[in-house]
Amino acid sequence: MSKIGVFVCHCGENIARTVDCERVVRAASRVRGVAFATDYKYMCSDPGQTKIKKAVAEFGLTGVVVAACSPHMHEKTFRKAVEESGVNPFLCEMANIREHCSWVHERDESTTQKAIELVRLMVEKAKRNASLTPVRVKVTKRALVIGGGVAGIQAALDIADGGHEVVLVEKEPSVGGHMAQLSETFPTLDCSQCILTPKMVDVGSHPRIKLHTYSEIEKVEGFVGNFKVTIRKKARSVDINKCTGCGECQMKCPSKKIPSEFDRGLKNRTAIYIPFPQAVPARPVIDREHCIYFTKGKCKACQKVCPADAVDFEQTDEFVEEMVGGIVVATGFDLYTVDKQGPYPEYLGYGEYGYGKDPDILDGLQFERLASASGPTGGKILRPSDGKEPKSIVFLKCIGSRHPSKGIFFCSKTCCMYTAKHTMLYKHKVHDGQAYVFYMDIRSPGKNYDEFVRRAIEEEGAIYLRGRVSRIYRSGDLLIVKGADTLSGAAVEVEAEMVVLATAMMPQPGVEKVFQKLGISYDEYKWASEAHPKLRPVECATAGIFLAGACQGPKDIPEAVAQASGAACKVLIMFSQDEMLREPVVAKVNENTCIACWYCLEVCPYKAIFKKEIRDRKGNLIKRVAEVNPSLCTGCGTCAATCFSNSVDLDGFTDEQLYSEINSLMAVGQDLFGEPEKGEQGEGEAKAA
Amino acid sequence: MTQETRTEASAVQGSEAEKGPAAWEPRVVAFICNWCTYTGADLAGTSRMKYPPNVRVIKIPCTGRFDPLFMIKAFERGADGVLVSGCHPGDCHYTAGNYNARRKFTVFRKLLEFSGIDMDRVRFSWISAAEGGKWVETIKNFTDGIRQKGPFQEYREMIDVR
Repeated sequence: MSKIGVFVCHCGENIARTVDCERVVRAASRVRGVAFATDYKYMCSDPGQTKIKKAVAEFGLTGVVVAACSPHMHEKTFRKAVEESGVNPFLCEMANIREHCSWVHERDESTTQKAIELVRLMVEKAKRNASLTPVRVKVTKRALVIGGGVAGIQAALDIADGGHEVVLVEKEPSVGGHMAQLSETFPTLDCSQCILTPKMVDVGSHPRIKLHTYSEIEKVEGFVGNFKVTIRKKARSVDINKCTGCGECQMKCPSKKIPSEFDRGLKNRTAIYIPFPQAVPARPVIDREHCIYFTKGKCKACQKVCPADAVDFEQTDEFVEEMVGGIVVATGFDLYTVDKQGPYPEYLGYGEYGYGKDPDILDGLQFERLASASGPTGGKILRPSDGKEPKSIVFLKCIGSRHPSKGIFFCSKTCCMYTAKHTMLYKHKVHDGQAYVFYMDIRSPGKNYDEFVRRAIEEEGAIYLRGRVSRIYRSGDLLIVKGADTLSGAAVEVEAEMVVLATAMMPQPGVEKVFQKLGISYDEYKWASEAHPKLRPVECATAGIFLAGACQGPKDIPEAVAQASGAACKVLIMFSQDEMLREPVVAKVNENTCIACWYCLEVCPYKAIFKKEIRDRKGNLIKRVAEVNPSLCTGCGTCAATCFSNSVDLDGFTDEQLYSEINSLMAVGQDLFGEPEKGEQGEGEAKAA
Repeated sequence: MTQETRTEASAVQGSEAEKGPAAWEPRVVAFICNWCTYTGADLAGTSRMKYPPNVRVIKIPCTGRFDPLFMIKAFERGADGVLVSGCHPGDCHYTAGNYNARRKFTVFRKLLEFSGIDMDRVRFSWISAAEGGKWVETIKNFTDGIRQKGPFQEYREMIDVR
């Protein structure tokens, strides 16, 4: 006979406000098999947990049901408490009466009834729980970092410095990411490349970092501690080992008019190119889409001129398999393109602002390139249309961000700061120039951030106008910016010689394919989702996968770097043990009834089921059955639902448990909600405390 | 279920509502996966969205674990509607469990229809961990639909006939 203890949490007022917890306790105590039921204001607190431990000892409980928040929140907490009281932790279950009940319904009879039914359901499950032992798996002490921007670089360096091998995969020909494109960084105005390039060099030369640039993730198999990752090394057409990076090929390449991705189209590059001078590795790559040899069949100028004989037109994509224990995802962001032809067709563009049509209307990253000493103008602020120095620039903030009618609700977080920085960079380079900023709000929380914005306005003389711009059009040499100043209530018209749009940050286009391969979740914009927004911000819900940087949402450099170090630390914690424990939710086969139809083998996504031969002592084959390898099985249960002979079951979610849950919900004919009559002890020897 | 227990059942529901027999409430059972829909429903909670309290959630690790017989069992035990929901195609935490579920459901659907089950009482949906709003909408729509249909008396009568 099971003795289940039911512990109903008030969660302060969060549950008790809409659910009558005392009635839940009374009803629970009448469920057959419940030996003890009580409620408490905060079950997860120390006194709450002590209550559970005491009850386990006093009543000899064989199972515990905590009716409180979502198991995603506190299942671990309560299982640990139960374990500490000497009972197998997997005999503890949680009934979710907060997220699934008290928070989503009004205070009403039916809400309390629902809570009672949810508790009853979990009691029925808990009665049929078995003591399980966590599965031990070996940890492969190597890490994979996806993305070579500043977050990926930081995570890779931290893990490698912690003594473990790191595989760093970057889809572009060089590491560096967007930070390498920036001129100066806020709020200190130190040069971005000066602080980033040493780290890039470190990544390239670190003895424990294996760098795969111009590579993408092809396939991810396995599970925490033991991932097998297939990496596609795209054909670079240059033998990276022979090449010395002399750059002779770039000089001779006749195809010179390809807009440079690194300079965001403000400068041209050749078909064989090193993306930027500080690139790591400083080795060129042939852009096969634009190369004359690949498109027209002859040229080979680069091959002829190469002193190291490194150009290889025959190179094909290569696949590399790497075994890793933990993965850090640092795929970063891209800018929302405002001219409707960008990579985000689901979001409306800003046709009225003329981006992409007028060469003097730029986005934030293009302005960074203009201001950068290594940029197309050598750091001079010059108009792309005629090379003249603009005497007035209008900066527009929140282009895309916080604009529900364009489909984006979030704040891109960095634009307020970088626009303030842009006005300063402009003022420092063009002393008689005037910067205007159209803004919605100025959001500058952060160390020394607000001071920085004040400096831009008060000392550097940028004119901030609160309001949105309705239209930008060209009138001769000038761009006319029509907007509103909502503080004075007047319509404003500013004559500008250049316009810079602070466009929203968006996830890398197509990044969801990577997330799908990894099996991690993402939100409607395709930002990666963390396991818990407050308490587990660097972990994914999928064990062994961690997040760093702007793949999770807009972030500035210090935040991205901090999170990268956090993710690296999580990986190092994982690597500090030789074996790890995994949830014992695994499938098992009843060999007596297995009919060897092998359907389970076919549906198993993890190839965790094998054919096993049962032989007698003489070695004669008696029968063949399916067998589950518990360290490969992840517990999805597809095999259990597929088995024809009901021979496969899933620990923790057995058929018996699930059917009894269904039965409990529909327990027609049983008065579940009635009050116990006076003097009646309810079913079993239940006691309501 | 016998005639007797059914009378008892209505007696129970009578006790929960002095409002008379008109206070029948649809009983909806939702089989949802632990990773996407369960978390999505959690999100609806943390965002304090509101939906009718008629749904009872049974957590399964993955929709791949869903055995169509669970649905039959739920109807047999008095459910008026059954919802199955998991990760969007391509997003399965276990890579392919939801594809298996979809295949199974497609085949099973025909059998359900053939055996006279009103397909409006069965719903299959994809709700991700980020779609708290979709969870709320799905529950609202589904419950409203069932409410209009009334109790699933046909099925109960059907299984009584022997």
